[in-house]
Amino acid sequence: MHDYAFDIAHLLASSLVLVSFMLIYQDRIYALLNVFALQALLLAFAVAWQAWIQGAHHLYVSAAIALIFKAMIVPWALHRMVQRLGIQREVETVVGVVPTMLVGMGLVALSVLLMLQLTEAAESAIAREDLAFSLSVILLGMLMMVTRRNAVSQVVGFMSLENGLILAATGAQGMPFVVEISVAFSVLIAMIVIGVFLFRIRERFDTVDVEVLDQYRGERQ
Amino acid sequence: MTASDALTAVLVLPAAAAAMLALMPGYRASAWGNVAASFLTFAAAASLFVLERPEPGAFLHIDDLNIVFIVLNTFVGFTAAFFSASYIGHELEIGRVTPVNLRFYHAMYQLMMFGMNLALVSNNIGLMWVAIELATLTTVVMVGLYRTHEALEAAWKYFILGSVGIALALFGTILVYMAAQPVLGEGQPSMIWTNLMTGAASFNPAMLNVAFVFLLVGYGTKVGLAPFHAWLPDAHAEGPTPISAVLSGLLLNVALYAVLRFKLLMAANPGALTPGPLMVALGLISLVFAAAMLYRRRDIKRLFAYSSIEHMGIIVFAFGMGGPLANFAGLLHMVMHSLTKSAIFFAVGSIAQIKGSQKIAEIRGLTQSHPALGWGLVLAVLSIAGMPPSGVFMSEFLVVTSSFSQMPLLTLVLVLGLLLAFGALLMRLTGFAFGEPSGQNAPMYGSLAPLWLHMALVLFIGLHMPQAMVDWFQTVAALLG
Repeated sequence: MHDYAFDIAHLLASSLVLVSFMLIYQDRIYALLNVFALQALLLAFAVAWQAWIQGAHHLYVSAAIALIFKAMIVPWALHRMVQRLGIQREVETVVGVVPTMLVGMGLVALSVLLMLQLTEAAESAIAREDLAFSLSVILLGMLMMVTRRNAVSQVVGFMSLENGLILAATGAQGMPFVVEISVAFSVLIAMIVIGVFLFRIRERFDTVDVEVLDQYRGERQ
Repeated sequence: MTASDALTAVLVLPAAAAAMLALMPGYRASAWGNVAASFLTFAAAASLFVLERPEPGAFLHIDDLNIVFIVLNTFVGFTAAFFSASYIGHELEIGRVTPVNLRFYHAMYQLMMFGMNLALVSNNIGLMWVAIELATLTTVVMVGLYRTHEALEAAWKYFILGSVGIALALFGTILVYMAAQPVLGEGQPSMIWTNLMTGAASFNPAMLNVAFVFLLVGYGTKVGLAPFHAWLPDAHAEGPTPISAVLSGLLLNVALYAVLRFKLLMAANPGALTPGPLMVALGLISLVFAAAMLYRRRDIKRLFAYSSIEHMGIIVFAFGMGGPLANFAGLLHMVMHSLTKSAIFFAVGSIAQIKGSQKIAEIRGLTQSHPALGWGLVLAVLSIAGMPPSGVFMSEFLVVTSSFSQMPLLTLVLVLGLLLAFGALLMRLTGFAFGEPSGQNAPMYGSLAPLWLHMALVLFIGLHMPQAMVDWFQTVAALLG
C-alpha cells in the first residue's frame, strides 16, 4: 500500500514539473493559459492525494481551491481579459526557447540534487520527493518570469511558482492549516491586485508589454 | 489595562480604523481620522513599555527585541500620518488624486500599519509571513496611487520583485517547519517562535542552512539589499511622499526584523552555518553600490531612496558582525535612520509641492526662500550623512570602531562607502539649500512639525542618550548574540 501511495504522489508531483516545462515553450497566450489550467488541475490532484495518504482532511480544502479557483476561474478570467482588451496573442520571449529549456533542465537537476541530499535523514520518502519537485517548479516559474516580456505571461509564471509553493506546503507533514488557507488567500489577493494593475496598465498604455513600461524606467529627464 | 489588552489594541485599532476610513466620505475627516487612529496605536504601543508582559501565546508575543521595533513603527506611523494630513490636501487641489482615491489611500494606510504591527508581534513564522505579505500588497497599491506611467511601472516592478521575494521567504519558512517538525512534532507547535528557539539546537542543521539562504534572499529583497534592490528607488520616487517616508522608515525595518529573528534561530543551532559572513557581504555590497549610485541621481526622491539602501547596508553589516557592540550600533543606527530618513522625506514632500518638480536641478536656494524648511533639510541631510552631533554619527562611529576590532580589512571598504555617500549628499545639499532660489516658489502646505520633532529627537539622542535607552539597547544587543 505504501509503495502504491508513493508511486502516485511521485507521478503527480513529477507531472507538475513536466507541465512547468510545457509552460516554457508555449508561444500563444491562450495555449499558455490552458497549460496553466492543466498544471493547477494536476496540483489539485496532488494535494488531494496528499490529503488522502496523510489523513489530513483540511488539505481537501486546499485541493478544492486549486481546482476551482486556479484551474477554472483564473484562466477563464485571464482568457476574457486577453479577449476584451485585445492584448497581443503571441508570447514574446527575451531568450530563445532552446536556451531557456536547457537552463530549466539545469535548475531541475540542481534542485533535485540539493533537496535529496538535504533531506537524507527525513523518514518520509514522499516529503523528500515533493520538496525536490516543488523547488523545481518554483525555479521554473521564476525562470519563466524573467524570460517573458508580456505582463500576462509573467503573471502566469508567478502563479506557477505559487503552485510549487503549495506543493511544498502540503508535502510538509502536518503543516498547520492556517498556512494553506493563507497561501490560497494570498493568491486571491495577488490576483485582485494584478487584475487592477492590468486594467490600469491597459487604461494608460496600448499594450501590457512590460518592455513598453521599461521605457519609462530610470531618471526622468 | 493589561499588556495583552495593549497588544490587542495595537492590532485592532488600525484594523478597525481601516474599515471606518474606507466608509468615511470627505478627505479632511478621514485624514484626521487617520492621524487619530495612528496616535492611539502609538499610545497603546508605548504603554507596552511600562505594563507587565503577558506570557507568549500561540500567535502573539512581546519581548525585548520586538518592542523596540513596534514602538518605533507606531511612532513614525503617527508622525507620517500627521504629515500626510497636511500634505495630501494640496495633491487633491492640483488634481494628482481624486477624493475616492484618497479615501482608499487612508484605509490602505491603516491596513498597512496593521500588517506591519502584526508582523512585529506575531509569535508564529507563518503568521509573520502573511502579515509581511499584507503590508507589501498595501504599499504596492499606494505606490500606484497617482496612476501615471511612472507610478504604474514602479508599482508593477515592486509587485513582481516583492512577490518573488515573498515566495522565496515562504519556501524558507516551509523548510524551517520541516526542520522543526521531527523535533517539536506536527502542526502548530513547530511554527511558534518561542518553541523554535528552545528546540533549535536539535534541528537538522543542513535544512536550516538552506532555509536561511531562502529567507535571507526573500526578506532581503524587502530590506532593499543590493542586488535585489531594483524595486526600491522606483517605489520611493513615484508614490505619494508620506508613503516614501513610511517605506524607508518602517517597511524596510519590518523585513529586517524577520531576518534578525531567523538569524537568532540559526545562532541557537551549533551545527548550522554562521549567518554573519553572508549578511556582512550583502551589507557591504549594498553600502558601496548605493553610495556610488548617489552621484548620478537627478530626482531628489531617488537620491534619498539610494541613501536608504546604503543605510540598510550599514545596519545589516553591523548585525552580521554580531557581538554586543556591533548589535548595539546596528539597533541604534536603525532607529536613527528611521527617524532621520522619514524627516528628510517630509521635507522632500514639501519641496516637491513648492517647486512642482522632483528634479534636483530645479531645486535651489531653499534656505533663502523657505528658511524653516531649508534649514530643516540642511540639518536632516547633515545628520543622515553622519555629521556629529547627530545620533547617526554616534551609531556610524560605533559600527566603524567595532568593525576595526573584528574585521580590520573590511573596515576600509566600510569607510570608503561612508565617505562616498558623505561626499555625494554634501554636494547635493549645497545645491538644494544655498544660492539663488530658482524655479517656481509656491506657498508651502506640508507641516514642518514632524520634521523638526524627528530632528530634535535625533539630536537629543546624539548629544545625550538617556541611560534607560542605553540599558535597554544593551539588553537587546546581548539577546541578538
